[in-house]
Amino acid sequence: MKVLINQVVHDLPEGACLAQAIDAIDAKQPFAAAVNTHFVPRARYHQHLLHDGDHIEIISPVTGG
Amino acid sequence: MTAQTNDDPLFLYGQRFESRLLLGTSRYPSPTLLAAAVQRASPAMVTASLRRQTAVAGETGKPFWQLLKDLNVPVLPNTAGCHGIQEAITTAQMAREVFETDWIKLEVIGDDYTLQPDTLNLVTAAEQLIRDGFKVLPYTTDDLVLCQRLVDVGCQAVMPWAAPIGTGKGPINPYAMRLLRERLSVPLIVDAGLGRPSHACSVMEWGFDAVLLNTAVALAQDPVAMAGAFASATQAGRVAYLSGTMTEQESAQPSTPVLGTPFWHHTAN
Repeated sequence: MKVLINQVVHDLPEGACLAQAIDAIDAKQPFAAAVNTHFVPRARYHQHLLHDGDHIEIISPVTGG
Repeated sequence: MTAQTNDDPLFLYGQRFESRLLLGTSRYPSPTLLAAAVQRASPAMVTASLRRQTAVAGETGKPFWQLLKDLNVPVLPNTAGCHGIQEAITTAQMAREVFETDWIKLEVIGDDYTLQPDTLNLVTAAEQLIRDGFKVLPYTTDDLVLCQRLVDVGCQAVMPWAAPIGTGKGPINPYAMRLLRERLSVPLIVDAGLGRPSHACSVMEWGFDAVLLNTAVALAQDPVAMAGAFASATQAGRVAYLSGTMTEQESAQPSTPVLGTPFWHHTAN
C-alpha cells in the first residue's frame, strides 16, 4: 500500500503499523506523529494500523516565535 | 535582578515566573547568539515550534533540542502555521508529547498576508485544548469581545498582538490595547509587533503583564545587547506602572519653586 509520510509517497506492506512508517524514514528522536491529522501517542505506534492513502506527519522541534 | 523583580513575580495558571519577558528562538544569526540572547534576557519562557523532520534542513532534530535543554528555561511550544481547529489541536498534542509540557501558545492563522488570527475558530480551539488539560496562551487580536470570550472558555491569560507578527511597528491601536487592560483582569501578554524596547516599555506602563518578543531581538544588529535592552525596558515599564505615572497637564508647570526667584520683577536698567 502507498502512504504519504511527510508529503513523500512510501510503499509499505499491507497491515503495516505506524512504527513501520517511522522506521521507513529513519526518524530521529525527539519527534511526534499524527495520522490523517490526528495525534497518535508514541505508546500506540505498534498498535496503530495504517491504510492505503494515509497521511502521516512526523515532526520535530524547531525554533519558533 | 532587582529586588523589585523578586517582589513582583508574574503568575500564569498559578505558576510563578520571575521575568515578564518571553522570548522567541527563531531567526537568530546563529545558535550561539540565540543562546547568548536568552542568557542576557533571562526570559520566563522561550518559544519553540514543530516541523516535519525533512522540512528545515539542518535545523530540526537534536542540535536545537540540545540547545533548548542547555538553556534550562521553560519551553512554550506554539502552533504556528496552523489554519484550522483540528490542525492546531493535533499540533498542540504533538508538542505536549515532544516538549513534555502542558503549556501551548495557541495560534490559529486566518490570513496568510497579515498572519491575523482566525478569530472565529480561535475560541473553539482554545476551549477544546483547555478541556484536554492544556495551559493555553492564545495569540489574538486586540478585539475586546474576542479576548473576553477566550477568558470565558477558561484561558487564564490572553496574548493580544500590538501589530502583525514580525512588523516591529509597535502598538498600532493604543486605544484598543488600553481598553483591554481596563476591562480584563486576567494577565495580558503583548505578543507580536513590538520592534523597539520603548514599545515594550509603553505597553508595560499601560499595565500589561508581560511581553513576548522574537524578531525585534533576533534581527537586531546586536541581538544579545538588544535582548538586554528589552529586558530592562520591560522591567522599567512595569515599575513605572506600579509607581503610578503623573497626570498629564495641558500647560507648563515650573518644577523649580517660583517663590524667592532672584531678580523676580526687577526692572532691567
